[in-house]
Amino acid sequence: MHREEIHHAPRTGDALPVMADYDEARATFTWEAARAELDGLPGGAGLNMAHEAVDRHAASSRRDKVALRCLRRDGTRTDVTYGELAEASSRFANTLDDLGVGVGDRVFVLMPRSPELFAVALGTLKHRSVLCPLFSAFGPEPIRQRLELGSGTALVTTPFLVRHKVAPIRDRLPGLAHVLVARGEGEAVRDLPEGTLDLAALTAGAAPTYEIGPTDPEDMALLHFTSGTTGTPKGAVHVHGAVVSHRATGRMALDLHPDDVFWCTADPGWVTGISYGVVAPLVLGVTSVVDEAEFDAERWYGILESEGVTVWYTSPTALRMLMRAGPEVARAHDLSRLRFVASVGEPLNPEVVVWGQEVLGVPVHDNWWQTETGGIMIANYACMDIRPGSMGRPLPGIEATVLLRDDDGAVVIGGDGTAVEAPPGTEGELALRPGWPSMFRGYLGEDERYRACFAGVWYLSGDLVRRDGDGYFWFVGRGDDVIKSAGHLIGPFEVESTLLEHPAVAEAGVIGVPDPVAGEVVEAAVTLRSGFEPSDELRLDLLGFARRRLGAAVAPRTITFDAHLPHTGSGKIMRRVLKARALGLPEGDTSTLEPSS
Amino acid sequence: MNADDARTLLRTTLHQIAPEADLDDVGPDETLQEALDLDSIDVLNLVVGLHDATGVDIPERDYPQLTTVEGCVAYLVAATGGPATS
Repeated sequence: MHREEIHHAPRTGDALPVMADYDEARATFTWEAARAELDGLPGGAGLNMAHEAVDRHAASSRRDKVALRCLRRDGTRTDVTYGELAEASSRFANTLDDLGVGVGDRVFVLMPRSPELFAVALGTLKHRSVLCPLFSAFGPEPIRQRLELGSGTALVTTPFLVRHKVAPIRDRLPGLAHVLVARGEGEAVRDLPEGTLDLAALTAGAAPTYEIGPTDPEDMALLHFTSGTTGTPKGAVHVHGAVVSHRATGRMALDLHPDDVFWCTADPGWVTGISYGVVAPLVLGVTSVVDEAEFDAERWYGILESEGVTVWYTSPTALRMLMRAGPEVARAHDLSRLRFVASVGEPLNPEVVVWGQEVLGVPVHDNWWQTETGGIMIANYACMDIRPGSMGRPLPGIEATVLLRDDDGAVVIGGDGTAVEAPPGTEGELALRPGWPSMFRGYLGEDERYRACFAGVWYLSGDLVRRDGDGYFWFVGRGDDVIKSAGHLIGPFEVESTLLEHPAVAEAGVIGVPDPVAGEVVEAAVTLRSGFEPSDELRLDLLGFARRRLGAAVAPRTITFDAHLPHTGSGKIMRRVLKARALGLPEGDTSTLEPSS
Repeated sequence: MNADDARTLLRTTLHQIAPEADLDDVGPDETLQEALDLDSIDVLNLVVGLHDATGVDIPERDYPQLTTVEGCVAYLVAATGGPATS
């Protein structure tokens, strides 16, 4: 189902791509050279992400350049310069010192997209504590679980989120010593929730300068939680040295130039929002747009126009929602400043790539990576023709391949003891050869799950793909039961476990079903305990129960009753069969379950 | 439809999408999405639900008018031709 290639054709007046020639860049790129582009801490004291992101610029002629253009919900705008951000983040680093938070301690952040969030994130990195972002659409249960697994010492959030999501779980988190809150306008200190500290007061009393201590590039910087098919969420550990990847990939895959106005719409609660919403654009010294509000087609086109966004990084779900709004909404705006549009999160259907060309004036460049890889691995580039529906080709410095899988989904090992690579056109598991700086260094406290991600020299991504004869990769589906919905990974086990806490539920099976906007949405099938009868009322009760605990982003959108969930011989629920049922496919044939690209 | 009908319709439509949410928890200046912790897919489903119930086409450019309870009620009343006179 290949559509015609969209040929790379720079418009008159556009900046030339940072990477002018893909093949040449692949032949010449080295991570050592990429590392040399960074500053390093003064006196050879190592490599610290926050130094590269702000302090380096604050000490240069870029001090007064706008780093962040923050838009509040009501449309008011606050500009933050690199110099101001360096000071605000230093104040927060000093605040952590004052509170007795230690180097390596975990600081969790559950905040809206705001200037305070950036100061807190960068201040945490300066302090060499570990930054653990949480998504504010999580319900109390995912928040509790992650704080517990990550041994959170401090949490920075808002009074609203404390009342709604943290208060119900706080007594189950004895290790959480400090809850700091960023007050919104009109929220008085006397109204702060019990047991919280006023972030503004603490930082106002802290010094605006901070000397970053020695930072080994292998020191833990970020902890990003992600979901697997089974078990609890996994905390992927990333190190300060990952900043080398963030910078290099921001240039090569997002084509960021120093004068760009960049808008990454991802929430900083997820890895994209940190790697490309916070770190990469700041390291590259560009101006970033930060919008506090949620998706709204009119607002988004308005921002692209009024802020003169030149490079835009967003998600397939958001793009499909814009498509749905109709081209006339876009045509009311001047989008001519837009030079490069990229997308990540779930597979980008070819229609959206072509729509971009027609409605935005530029095609959408899909790329692929995941929490574990820390940065973009495979991409469509400004200098390269796009094959709509393909995730593109591996970045310079990245070796990717496709490994054959057997009928049980295990990688096939050949006679020489190494994994067998699939020939072009054959489906298999996408695998990468570790060696790039932002590769995760482990799952926190879970060595076995970490080791299970490798087959010899290859890191196994869990995604099924095929590679065409020219080296373009095409997404086929997940190799496991993890659900990709609206750019987020959702572990079915987390959702099933929560449903099982409801007194009416005996068993639950959770799957992703195709959705024209979100890619997939979460659907649950439950078997009721004896004494409970299916009813619309009970269905809504279960839905509300799950949403209250898990939050809208993780909870099922639909729940069905199924008295006979399919089981394996050992009693495990067969989610694949459940999915076949949900899609009305023959249950024995699951080969057609994955969307074709 | 009148304002009461519109409010009831909003309540029942929301109940199908987010049964845990209570319209009474939304302050006059608050947005439904923020106060009730809805995500953008919920909001989309809510608009689709209102359209299915009323037959009213709600173009994307009108979504900003639907962010608050009162905005939503006023929009539905106007879009359905206002309160019945009989």
